[in-house]
Amino acid sequence: MSATTAATDVEAYLDAHERKTLLRFITCGSVDDGKSTLIGRLLYESKLVFEDHMAALEADSRVHGTQGEELDLALLVDGLAAEREQGITIDVAYRFFTTERRTFIVADTPGHEQYTRNMVTGASTADMAVILVDARKGVLTQTKRHSFLVSLLGIRDVVLAVNKLDLVGYDRAVFDSIEREYREFATGLGVTSITAIPLSALAGDNIVALSPNTPWYVGPTLLDHLETVVVDDGAVDRPFRMPVQWVNRPDLDFRGYSGTVVGGVVRPGDEVQVLPIGSTARVQRIVSFDGDLDQAEPGQAVTLTLDVDVDVSRGDLLSSALEPAGVADQFEAHIVWMSDTPLLPGRPYGIKMGARSAVTTVTNIKHRINVNTLERSAATKLVVNEIGVCTISVDRPLPFDAYADNRDTGGFLIIDRLTNVTVGVGLVDFALRRSENVHWQSVDVDKPAHAVLKGHQPCVVWFTGLSGAGKSTTANAVERQLHALGCHTILLDGDNVRHGLNRDLGFTEADRVENIRRVAEVAKLMVDAGLIVLVSFISPFRSERRIARDLVAPGEFCEVFVDTPLAVAEERDVKGLYRKARDGQLPNFTGVDSPYEVPEHPEVHIETSGQSIDDGVRLVVEQLRRQGVLA
Amino acid sequence: MLTNLDRLEAESIHIFREAVSESERPVMMYSIGKDSSVMLHLALKAFAPSKPPFPLLHVDTTWKFRAMYEFRDRTVAEHGLELLVHQNPECIELGINPFDHGSSVHTDMWKTEGLKQALDTYRFDLAFGGARRDEERSRAKERVFSIRSAQHRWDPKAQRPELWRLYNAKKGVGESVRAFPLSNWTELDIWHYIRRERIPIVPLYLAAERPVVDRDGMLILVDDDRLPLADGEVPQLRKVRFRTLGCYPLTGAVESTADSIDAIVAEILLATSSERQGRAIDHDSSGSMEKKKQEGYF
Ligand SMILES: Nc1nc2c(ncn2[C@@H]2O[C@H](COP(=O)(O)OP(=O)(O)O)[C@@H](O)[C@H]2O)c(=O)[nH]1
Repeated sequence: MSATTAATDVEAYLDAHERKTLLRFITCGSVDDGKSTLIGRLLYESKLVFEDHMAALEADSRVHGTQGEELDLALLVDGLAAEREQGITIDVAYRFFTTERRTFIVADTPGHEQYTRNMVTGASTADMAVILVDARKGVLTQTKRHSFLVSLLGIRDVVLAVNKLDLVGYDRAVFDSIEREYREFATGLGVTSITAIPLSALAGDNIVALSPNTPWYVGPTLLDHLETVVVDDGAVDRPFRMPVQWVNRPDLDFRGYSGTVVGGVVRPGDEVQVLPIGSTARVQRIVSFDGDLDQAEPGQAVTLTLDVDVDVSRGDLLSSALEPAGVADQFEAHIVWMSDTPLLPGRPYGIKMGARSAVTTVTNIKHRINVNTLERSAATKLVVNEIGVCTISVDRPLPFDAYADNRDTGGFLIIDRLTNVTVGVGLVDFALRRSENVHWQSVDVDKPAHAVLKGHQPCVVWFTGLSGAGKSTTANAVERQLHALGCHTILLDGDNVRHGLNRDLGFTEADRVENIRRVAEVAKLMVDAGLIVLVSFISPFRSERRIARDLVAPGEFCEVFVDTPLAVAEERDVKGLYRKARDGQLPNFTGVDSPYEVPEHPEVHIETSGQSIDDGVRLVVEQLRRQGVLA
Repeated sequence: MLTNLDRLEAESIHIFREAVSESERPVMMYSIGKDSSVMLHLALKAFAPSKPPFPLLHVDTTWKFRAMYEFRDRTVAEHGLELLVHQNPECIELGINPFDHGSSVHTDMWKTEGLKQALDTYRFDLAFGGARRDEERSRAKERVFSIRSAQHRWDPKAQRPELWRLYNAKKGVGESVRAFPLSNWTELDIWHYIRRERIPIVPLYLAAERPVVDRDGMLILVDDDRLPLADGEVPQLRKVRFRTLGCYPLTGAVESTADSIDAIVAEILLATSSERQGRAIDHDSSGSMEKKKQEGYF
């Protein structure tokens, strides 16, 4: 062979590698089903375990391994040092391997407590799933749980990997009956394509080569199947969607909209609608670094220009004008909760959908789904790893598709507004009609009109602090003073409101949130009527005080922290409540077995141990003057 | 049908755009290596026809290969980019170097401390890094968007779940974000992409006759006269290349005849040792990269 043909051969070989496609899959199995061993074997067999990694593996096998003198392939896929020490993995890990025919990214989710959260995360970016079953155990509750989660996230292609066949004597009857049982169950979940393969991850049967131990099996090996399976998620045939991530304006002559196509194919000349506004335009160019494109398909990151000057900004959805996405502010959605702090209806959360951020509240939990039995039950909150069907309300209209139609325009993150942590995710089922029908009534006699008549601006003065801190005493004194100044006031006191408006509420966390929500709404109505509203509530949670603050305009809220050390309040114990709480007769009592979250930036901070009631009143009135409430 | 490289490219571009939209003062960490070259190429693609809307930050140690400095300055000039170079003033004063202070103090002071100083000085709230998940086992679980405390620490227990193409880049006061657009790339992908896109890289990656000394099995390039030679130690010309580039006294070369990108990719397809092997810093213990990360190395 001459030097030039050798070079051409290398080139052709490299070109072929360069054109390989990518398959992303998730592996699911219970603890000890052999998942780590299986992934380790795929990495090993694809020859992509480097020598130095192998050396580390040999060293590790001696220390942590379960295979005696043998290599423990499971250790190849282990992760963080602390977890390795304990011999467990507790998160999603991504593994990479490549063969002559394809490149793979494996989402590896271990079968521990955080299972739902991790599996949902791993499945969200997977094209297909490999579900492991131990041949000795057959289809278990966990197998069903994995399949349910996989199908919930929209995966339609599944490999049923029946592992440890060596331990059942490579018995065909065992394999057949597991396959039969699984098909019956999974078809009901909407999994449309199931490939069952008999395996031994440990011995390597049917992983890369058909095994002489299973002459009765005529299907593909696992690797064969992974290398050739065509996963068609139908995205190309769906209507065009592209969330606008970034407006590209290098100079006054160019205005492009950058984003990733998440549905359909787009070509110059296509008519698109800009949602939620609804204006339409035609695509002029598809601009890329490498020149203009004739078309862009799902998964491509591009920049579009439009033929007319319409208003488009980050967060808008460019959508096929023939089949536009929906726009709504109320939805029914499946919510998967991922935080140790439970989801509570009524509490505001951040939401991120496409490139758009908004604020949402869960208005109702219709039911919770038990991931093991798929049974539904009533719920007032969702705790970590629970899944519920909920109705949600968003503070502005969002463009969307049902999750079943498009993962990217129907899936959203739920974000805690104080910690900024992702606390859950949602999958849109459909929009609720209500949102199109409830309109705000505009009124003629508005807030400024009320203020003119009353001679002062309206405001909420929100007293917060422990039980017995002196909130009511201070609030009463402030009201007397304001009344003397000719102000129109009203005092809402926690104890009194609980006798009437909130009679149906108890002291669980969920009820406390609702308690504050109602009072905050009432206070807002009274502010609309032009009053200075004094609210005296323990209101222990920052997020609820924040709801109250956000309901009124800036400058119309004055948070007063009545700060008394717990020991002092407990010592006073005017109502005898602390004693009862300590005796266990009052569960969820603030300061005793329920937290009080100290205000971070209250407008007024009264330390009752060093200040008299009159001092407190003076501080509040001064602040109200500063805020322009009083002239 | 999109290929593997098409999908990776699009994902990285998506990450760049998202990060820039959700931050106020982004910056790209630029280390002049092949991953940085790929990252820069992707940034150019993500924002074309605009220029990337952020500067490049090179946290310098003064001990990089001369060829790297030349390459850096040429690249920046060619694309008309803004480059910030930070050298830890304390290190300059103390004359920190790998010979007298050891590789770990050297790296910690110049790089880890230097990076923190630079981020604090310029008040960047988001920094792009070129780390990949396939580099080391602990990285496999690192998020694409990773939050650092005001002290630049990473808490592996408080990582945010990442689903679909949605990234939560929200942060509290004083916190900052590290975004890793190359998370899902492997070393092989990087080389295939360099080949496909004809991305310029520092010539040291290609094999050539170079003067080296053999130090405990590590081939060290005699890049300038700061490298102390032992008595009787004579640099030898050998045909070598580098799989990874860092400080020249700490980066081992491998003997190779691969003097073209094609030859390198072919070599890697048949490779038997991973790229980090050439880097002295990883040799201590197998969880060491993770420790570095918790301390703010990235
Ligand atoms: N006999 C046999 N044992 C297996 C097989 N696959 C895994 N194992 C063993 O099952 C145990 C658990 O495997 P591991 O891969 O750690 O399970 P994981 O918890 O699902 O990751 C280990 O002792 C493995 O060696 C198999 O196909 N046959």
